[in-house]
Amino acid sequence: MSNKYVGQRVKRTEDPRLIQGLGHYVDDIKLPDTLHVAFLRSMYAHARITGIDTSEAEHAPGVIAVYTGKDVVEKIGPVPCAGALPGLRVPDYRVLARDKALFVGHPIAAVVATDRYSARDAIDLIMIDYEELPPAVDVEEAAAGGPVIYEEYGDNISYKLTAGEGDIDAALASSDQRIKQRIVHQRLAPVAMEGRGVLARYYPGEKELTLWSSTQIPHLLRTQLAIMLGIPENKLRVITPEVGGGFGSKLNVYAEEAMLGWISMQLGKPVKWIESRRENMQATIHGRGQVGYVEIGCKDDGTVTGLKYDVFADLGAYHQLLTPAIPTLTGLMLSGCYKIPAIQINVTGVFTNKMSTDAYRGAGRPEATYVVERALDLVAAELGLDPVEVRRRNFPAPEEFPFKTATGLFYDSGEYEGALRKALDMAGYDQLRKEQKQAREEGKIIGIGVSTYVEICALGPSQAMPAGGWESATVRIEPTGKVTVLTGASPHGQGQETSFAQIVADQLGVALEDVTVIHGDTSIVQYGIGTFGSRATAVGGTAVHFAVEKLKEKAGKIAAHLLKSDVSSVTFNEGRFSKQAARAAAAGEVPEPVVPAGQAPAGALPEPDTGGNHVSLQDIALAAHIARDLPEDMEPGLSATYFFEPKNFTFPFGTHIAVVEIDRDTGDLKFLRYVAVDDCGRVINPMLVEGQIHGGIVQAMGQALYEEVVYDEQGQMVTGTLMDYALPRASTTPWLELDRTETPTPVNPLGVKGVGEAGTIGATPAVVGAVVDALSPFGVRHLDMPIRPEAIWRIVNRQN
Amino acid sequence: MKKTVSINVNGVAHRNEVEPRLLLVHYLRDTLDLTGTHIGCETSICGACTVMIDGQSVKSCTMFAVQADGASVTTIEGLARDGELHAVQEGFWERHGLQCGYCTPGMIISAAQLLERNPDPTRDEIRHGIEGNLCRCTGYQHIVEAVEYAARKMKTEAATGD
Repeated sequence: MSNKYVGQRVKRTEDPRLIQGLGHYVDDIKLPDTLHVAFLRSMYAHARITGIDTSEAEHAPGVIAVYTGKDVVEKIGPVPCAGALPGLRVPDYRVLARDKALFVGHPIAAVVATDRYSARDAIDLIMIDYEELPPAVDVEEAAAGGPVIYEEYGDNISYKLTAGEGDIDAALASSDQRIKQRIVHQRLAPVAMEGRGVLARYYPGEKELTLWSSTQIPHLLRTQLAIMLGIPENKLRVITPEVGGGFGSKLNVYAEEAMLGWISMQLGKPVKWIESRRENMQATIHGRGQVGYVEIGCKDDGTVTGLKYDVFADLGAYHQLLTPAIPTLTGLMLSGCYKIPAIQINVTGVFTNKMSTDAYRGAGRPEATYVVERALDLVAAELGLDPVEVRRRNFPAPEEFPFKTATGLFYDSGEYEGALRKALDMAGYDQLRKEQKQAREEGKIIGIGVSTYVEICALGPSQAMPAGGWESATVRIEPTGKVTVLTGASPHGQGQETSFAQIVADQLGVALEDVTVIHGDTSIVQYGIGTFGSRATAVGGTAVHFAVEKLKEKAGKIAAHLLKSDVSSVTFNEGRFSKQAARAAAAGEVPEPVVPAGQAPAGALPEPDTGGNHVSLQDIALAAHIARDLPEDMEPGLSATYFFEPKNFTFPFGTHIAVVEIDRDTGDLKFLRYVAVDDCGRVINPMLVEGQIHGGIVQAMGQALYEEVVYDEQGQMVTGTLMDYALPRASTTPWLELDRTETPTPVNPLGVKGVGEAGTIGATPAVVGAVVDALSPFGVRHLDMPIRPEAIWRIVNRQN
Repeated sequence: MKKTVSINVNGVAHRNEVEPRLLLVHYLRDTLDLTGTHIGCETSICGACTVMIDGQSVKSCTMFAVQADGASVTTIEGLARDGELHAVQEGFWERHGLQCGYCTPGMIISAAQLLERNPDPTRDEIRHGIEGNLCRCTGYQHIVEAVEYAARKMKTEAATGD
């Protein structure tokens, strides 16, 4: 295999359409006679619905239909939850609320009108009688008692789960130091720049429903919607056009998707709903939402003996697809990149009158990393050791891999010290500490935060996944020699149209431009799982790799036949098979087929060129399709499909270092440096990997410093627009200095581990650690996120 | 009730009857079918809907079509000339200044307008110049590099008279 493309900074093939405004997101798709849908949503967090009057809305200009809960309760199945845990309580989650509204933004009615303005106008004409009920808002209070959301359950506990290995009580009892800390992982809004959106078109004659949705999981969505709507799965086609970001928020099955499909089936016309940002804040899943208590035990030399984490997970009112499963990922990753002999997590999943939490970039792992990294910083502070030294003393050595953790995982490969050393060198850590000392003497407030992380990627072996963890690929060479790749992964910004083409072009020795990657259409692409959990390249890319190998095996048999040789004596190089390996030439690109003028009738395929000692893939593809001269018993065509089942997860890792300076007068914070060394295994396209890490780090900075979904004590959403929910901006974001180490995974032949979530996992504790370090002269050992200037100012100016 | 507006968009004169409350972004997207301009927040915060109106970058989600009567509007579709990408578009492609692409049209328009005001911006000036445009994917660094690339290219072209 050549390395003409893999490992190179290949420019994305996706970009020309996107930089010219020519891509098609859901709202850019126009079908004739499309009707528009708007949802009426609860303005209360917890209320009994005692009356709904839609009569005025039904007669409003342009309105075609108004639907409420009673219209759909018997027709559309519940919104699904795929998380399966012992004793899990799963409330009946209907697409429209009937008797009770359980969170602000809970859909109650849908209006269908001829245009979006009329639909939105009519929403205001629906009269709802609410009887307000006391809400369960604070997760710890909701767990302890207070208003109960589901009377039939008697309390707000969805599930309790204990996991981990080793005798935690003995481990903590035998330690020299025991340190406890309450830790808050605030609720975050994923805020993909494109909100959700659905276009549904039902053909009554064919009984076919086509649904365009901005989703990360077209096939899983198809299966679940077919069940919800009671229609055959093979009469439902889900298409994901361009998707304007997901970050986990579109790894779900939403009420609106089922409603739109159902409405189109009722009316026999296309219907469209485009989520507003306010709806996105209220009714698209949130991330994080954990309040926990960590206890870490250590020896006086900093060696960790045990770690216990009791956590209340704020699940919201209902379970979306993976809601209860997210805290279990926290439990799995609580060992961080350290040897911790005993670990225990005790999760209490709690219902609250809020939107569901679910997978947001990192999905349970940022919480774990944050807990472990904060805990190690506390150990360092308690013992008066350098935080770097504490981490070093607890790393497993490279020869200890595969490394078994007390959370039951086997880390595939890792060289934690290597990434740490590289990051320290880049940052000039020792010098930084000297400068910090000097600066403090001058009255400056400067802090350095270090995070060494490991994450779990390439989700994952099917045994550990709710609905299959494999990924699929089909690779075919068309009669004209062009290569088509169908991937079951459904990228939405990650650039796999390019990176998968890089893999295939190198394997086949063809030009990148001759490879087209197709994804996100269930009628074209074989069943797939989707893009989430940093899996698309590690699992989906590996499926592509194996499909190409399978295809080449068949091509080799045809080549041997055409060259009148046997399979063992033909070799493949640079896009063609040769009889003699020694004479294989570097042919390079696949030439265009040439139809000799005047010899073939118009429309006839050219004859494959099989003379001599070589035959190109293109001629083999042609021969495979003309099929007049193939080996006996061989199927015509040149296509291969592969479903790759990974044997393990992968475990990327790295070190992040943040240096911040605080303005004494304003509490404002600025980054002096940000250094990140990440190891995501082998890299297909360094430019895309950098982009993933940049984006993840900045989202982590958002969590550390700015972002928080706020519900007030009535359960009203305070941060309902981007005017209230603060996102990182270009002007508040520092220059990021990146490098990497490369430790390939043995889990897949590409050696790739995955990188989509590394930034949100590694960066948050580095940033918080830096702020805490800066404020340590003021007696600070921990601060809860988001750490805003006001909180900093109060500490610096002793105004607590 | 409807009003007549005359708006030049990407060099083409349009005359339409519109509801007075029709947002400019809906006029562009739904009436003229120029769907490259996106809507991200409806509150002038995110900048996905940024277009150029008489040479100024404007957020089209909080402006009515009737307010643009008589104006010249440039959208992302009108930025490339004679099949040749604008230097900012080229920069975004060269330096991986986009991932999902949703904020990209507005970001490119803002960056192009920034370079018209300030052909030789520092990194801080670039960051300040695009702070009205939110991107959730890139962390902005590659966008800053893309704008630097465009500034260099435009400077070279100006010097060689291209």
